[in-house]
Amino acid sequence: VLTVPSVVVLAMAIAFENVADTAAGQGALRGLGAVVAGLITATGLKLVPALRSSPMGHREALAVVLLTFAAVGVIRLPLVWVLAGLGTSACLWTWFCLKRSDELRAAQPEAPAP
Amino acid sequence: VNVALTGSDWLTLFVQFLLLSCLSVGGAITLVPEMHRILVESHGWLTNEQFVASMAIAQAAPGPNILFVALMGWNVGLNAGGGLANGLAGWMTAFAGALVTMAGMLIPSTTLTYFATRWAHRNRELRAVRALKQGLAPIVVGLLVATGWVLVRGDADSAVNPSTVAVALISMLIVWRTNIHLLWLLGAGALLGAMGMV
Repeated sequence: VLTVPSVVVLAMAIAFENVADTAAGQGALRGLGAVVAGLITATGLKLVPALRSSPMGHREALAVVLLTFAAVGVIRLPLVWVLAGLGTSACLWTWFCLKRSDELRAAQPEAPAP
Repeated sequence: VNVALTGSDWLTLFVQFLLLSCLSVGGAITLVPEMHRILVESHGWLTNEQFVASMAIAQAAPGPNILFVALMGWNVGLNAGGGLANGLAGWMTAFAGALVTMAGMLIPSTTLTYFATRWAHRNRELRAVRALKQGLAPIVVGLLVATGWVLVRGDADSAVNPSTVAVALISMLIVWRTNIHLLWLLGAGALLGAMGMV
């Protein structure tokens, strides 16, 4: 499945390899890189509205976003630590919030779902 | 750039990508900051420019974006084997690099992830599964934004280039707020860069 696209990408890489010696080629790659950086960031930002319905709460979810960004992007901690620390805490906290809301719903079967 | 890679370095490269693959909570793209840490900062197997170029070319090319993993390996192989100018040995080493990183990335995710995804889907009503999915959602967002930042930040010891950040921010806003075709943006970025403005 990956063979044809692999060949295309490698061919592009080889083509760029020749271009990368020139100042214009290096600049073009830098420009592409900057656009790609913006594109990936936008992919993340497009997911932010979905966090509104996070069981841990909207503000808490945004705090986890910021903490992850700071730990991985700025402090450059190894990903294993971040997932073990922040990831585990976020999942456990979500689990407790889900448990609480499930129990509340079970206690008041008449109440309409929020 | 020339880098000497010993046999144990190749093994390290493979094992690192194997382990990384198991940490991909939101797809391979969320692993980019960690790959930069390993390939550029810890081992110096790639320059920052080569790392960014690998991402740029793979995203601009048609086909699955996961191929940036192959390109990173390809570039490590180029550095280790003296480049394509070195003839057959250079080509083979570059191919070996692409193969090593892709195999490391795909072996766990095609087996473990397959079963994990099926199990999670069958038990999607389970509170633990819901907690796992929804708890990791903000982490994935943070990792995506961190990926963007790592790509524009440049070398750790040099100052951040304001025009690179500006181009990235404008592209981010355009992608976020409009439905413009990505190729226009990529083309504009490459053009601005070629004119020396990024």
